[in-house]
Amino acid sequence: MSGNVSAIGFFTRTRRAGRIDITDILSWLWLIGGTLAVLVPVLWAGMSSLKPEAEITRFPPTLLPRAAVQVQVQGFDKPLSLWNMTVDGETREMAMVRRIGLKAQMVDPDKPGKPVSVDTKSISPVQRLTVATENYTDPLTRFSFLTFLKNSVFVTFVATLLTLIVNALAAFALSKYRFRGDKAIFVLIISTLMIPLTVVMVPAYLVIVGVGLVDNLWGVIIPTVASPTGVFLLRQYMLTIPDELIEAARVDAASEFRIFWRIVLPLTAPALAVLAIFSVLWRWNDFLWPLIVLSSRENFTLQVGLNAFQGEFSVQWHYILAMTFLSLIPVTLVFLFLQRYITTGIAGTGMK
Amino acid sequence: MARATGLADRALDLVMALFEAPINAVERLIGKGRMPYLFLAPNLVLFGIFTFLPIAIAIGYAFTGGTELLISHRPFVGLENFRKLLTCDSYLVPGSCEESLFWTAIWNTLWFVGFNVAATLLVALVTALILNRAIAARGFFRAMFFYPVLLSPVVIGLIWKWFLDRNGLLNVFLQMLGVPPEIFLLDVGWSRFFVVVVSVWFHMGFYTLILLAGLQAIPKDLYEAAAIDAATPSRTLFRITLPLLGPNLLVVLILLMIRSVQIFDEAWVLTNGGGPGTANTFLVQYIYQMAFAGDLRLFGLASAASVLMGLVLLVLTLVQLRLGKKAES
Amino acid sequence: MGDLKLTNLNKSFGAVAVLHDVNLQIDNGEFVVFVGPSGCGKSTLLRIIAGLEDVTSGSIAIAGRDVSAFSPAERKIAMVFQSYALYPHMSVRKNLAFGLENLKFKRAEIDARITEAARMLAIEPYLDRRPKQLSGGQRQRVAIGRAIVRDPDIFLFDEPLSNLDAALRVQTRAEITKLHREMQTTMIYVTHDQVEAMTMADKIVVLRAGRIEQVGTPLELFDHPRNLFVAGFLGSPRMNILKGRIVIGDARSALVDVGYGTLLRSHIVPATVTAGQEILAGVRPAHFALSDGEGLPFEVRYHESLGTETYVYGNLQGQSEQIIVHQAGHFAPPQGAVLKIVPLEGRLHVFDPASELALARAGRGRA
Repeated sequence: MSGNVSAIGFFTRTRRAGRIDITDILSWLWLIGGTLAVLVPVLWAGMSSLKPEAEITRFPPTLLPRAAVQVQVQGFDKPLSLWNMTVDGETREMAMVRRIGLKAQMVDPDKPGKPVSVDTKSISPVQRLTVATENYTDPLTRFSFLTFLKNSVFVTFVATLLTLIVNALAAFALSKYRFRGDKAIFVLIISTLMIPLTVVMVPAYLVIVGVGLVDNLWGVIIPTVASPTGVFLLRQYMLTIPDELIEAARVDAASEFRIFWRIVLPLTAPALAVLAIFSVLWRWNDFLWPLIVLSSRENFTLQVGLNAFQGEFSVQWHYILAMTFLSLIPVTLVFLFLQRYITTGIAGTGMK
Repeated sequence: MARATGLADRALDLVMALFEAPINAVERLIGKGRMPYLFLAPNLVLFGIFTFLPIAIAIGYAFTGGTELLISHRPFVGLENFRKLLTCDSYLVPGSCEESLFWTAIWNTLWFVGFNVAATLLVALVTALILNRAIAARGFFRAMFFYPVLLSPVVIGLIWKWFLDRNGLLNVFLQMLGVPPEIFLLDVGWSRFFVVVVSVWFHMGFYTLILLAGLQAIPKDLYEAAAIDAATPSRTLFRITLPLLGPNLLVVLILLMIRSVQIFDEAWVLTNGGGPGTANTFLVQYIYQMAFAGDLRLFGLASAASVLMGLVLLVLTLVQLRLGKKAES
Repeated sequence: MGDLKLTNLNKSFGAVAVLHDVNLQIDNGEFVVFVGPSGCGKSTLLRIIAGLEDVTSGSIAIAGRDVSAFSPAERKIAMVFQSYALYPHMSVRKNLAFGLENLKFKRAEIDARITEAARMLAIEPYLDRRPKQLSGGQRQRVAIGRAIVRDPDIFLFDEPLSNLDAALRVQTRAEITKLHREMQTTMIYVTHDQVEAMTMADKIVVLRAGRIEQVGTPLELFDHPRNLFVAGFLGSPRMNILKGRIVIGDARSALVDVGYGTLLRSHIVPATVTAGQEILAGVRPAHFALSDGEGLPFEVRYHESLGTETYVYGNLQGQSEQIIVHQAGHFAPPQGAVLKIVPLEGRLHVFDPASELALARAGRGRA
């Protein structure tokens, strides 16, 4: 049996020091392959977002962002493109004046004299590493992406703050008090987990119309504030705060709100941090609901703006990818610095 | 650190100073015993207005017609919307249905759910089993697979759209292998395939994490006992690991189904709104289009479809809760 | 002024009654210990006095005013919790200040009180530390300090020593007693540890299943337990119980027959019993003496030597119930040896087997 390589052996066997067998190799192939599958599309889009418009659709594409170099040559109004030219086994950089059929007329950019005519087969364009920053600056300045960004930041920040307070208050009531109907209310709140937005989006929109928040950022924020996930997460954490602390505070003449604000809230900080991270991610990434509620451009969030933008400029991939990347950055930063919180938070609550 | 907490303290004090007096006045008025109701009020009001009220409205709207928004202006049509949605010569052939787009969307969704659930579950399970081994850099890989979960559906749609573009990286690879380029997203088969691929790519990290937590909850001494009992690796997998992971697998399965039925965002962006044609038009997109896209404003029909989908999700959720309770005990 | 009066107090959680018609008077400055097995309602009673639990019926009066409807803050009490319940996110100083700040004391007054309490309890060096950075004993003192700064009418202690190790417990016990002597404030102290009760209390309240069984000074309770429960609960090891019968003796006392032909004298009023009546006779282990002549045949099973004293475990010949006999100093009877033992004069307690009540106060008066 010892020589037998079981296809599933590698799932259960723990690694033995100093011995690498086929199961280890398969595991590593899977993990490295998976990592590449995650990274390659993202990095490819990132690389592409740095390429100038002319380069981005070149096929086959180059890996790094490059662009043809142009030079200003005395005696010519327009900048000329720079080419490598091989003459008598010596390579020189020359500027192209014009191209006629298979012949190109070239001048020396330093000593512009009479153009020489050469075979186009003997020249190749000079390319330098160039980052097309205009892919990022243009949408921000010209296509109101700065407004989208501002709206997204506003929605994310305000919604997260309200989410924390409103749900912490509810969790406090449900974890530290016994009162008539406490269990029923908890079940009622948790049961709303069963009602995803996709089911109630039509009537929820009607409610937004009714309260006059159509095409208003508050219409995006307010319906998302009360979160059954948030109540559940915070309540579970608050249950671990000893009741004796609350009683000590009550003996210490603290009002109920002061107990919440000065004792329970600071002690719930770790759970609040987890909820805050989730809330930031949810609100930053929200798409369907803002898409329904917001109708005018100046109110779009980044995700809605991005979607609208790709509809309008479907061929302008250099802009689309740049903006995609811009909206990716905050999430990636959150991920890099807080991934431990996020993964333990999910493993602990089983919720996303 | 001390400075940061000092600042936080001061911020807390400030809010305290603003709100304490009125809230304490209420406490004196209603008594300590009723304060939990006050603390619950904001949450319950919001749930009432934005979750429970909409459910009532959805059910109401499902029985009315017309394109008016206000319910008082909408004619009562009884079961007409449901009749329209459910009238078919053959449910297997969407073209034979009165509301053929609805049935196209249902069949698209069913196929998607089937493939997506199977593929995600398999990939997540294999990854979790591998990560559960004593492997180097486990934290790195776990984080790596989890990263896409955090991204926005729009961003994911766009990244993949570019990856699958005529000039995208996938075609570069294919060309290197000598295969002619393909415009994947304009092909019915390929586009459906890649909607599933993107969905697996997007969500598998989440399910891997849940399964991994389940695997790590299996006591180590069981494996030691199995090793002493000379169990082969495959027997250990099928007789110990998978049975003990069973409840977690079931919960993940149902959760995946609930989420898959609601596929919309990333598919909508990736396929330019469900294309080619209606090859990737799913149920949520159908509801969205009936109510909001263009000037259709068929709120009644959309509500009726929502109610039907809600019932399916309700059944799935109840099954999940049932299983979750069983897994706990 | 910290006198306390509980009148007809009842408490139930839903259908479960946990306190039955409790009546109790505590005088100003007394150190009162509530003692009883777990689940007897002693902690609930303390929490009711604190105002942390409502009463189902009955009234609580502190310093003559009815506080039944008052919040804990309005009752002028302070409490030391079993877990200490120090606010983990605040420094010791802030822990002490929190209650005074809530009551809107002036900063100078708060600082003065904290300084005074810190001096009394020798916790000045730790004032700026967090509770987590303190040892168990230091936390305990901070918890007491938090009560002291409030200058309450009544201190309430809920099993405050149960989280300390044995050596520290003995030391802290002495410190709390000393504190009480200095402050002369009413203190109510809940414990399940009879040693704490015996050593600290001016007055012990023994509770069982929500009822007060007996109230009295430690020695009153030890010498004159009102019933079998109190007799068994106080004193360690437990009181030995023998089955017996009354044989009416002379006019001042009754004679008890527990078999073996030896009649034991007890100070029962003969009029309360009749000849031949079944009774239970109780003798504490330390109240048996070895006898050279007449006595009960005690068969030795084994003994435990603690150095200064010895406990001998065995049974009366022909019976299986365990009997424990205490002897001072070293004593090593071989296994199987039969010793003759007799109760000391005036130390034989007699109980009615049905009502479990003492038939008289044993040892009162001389034989």
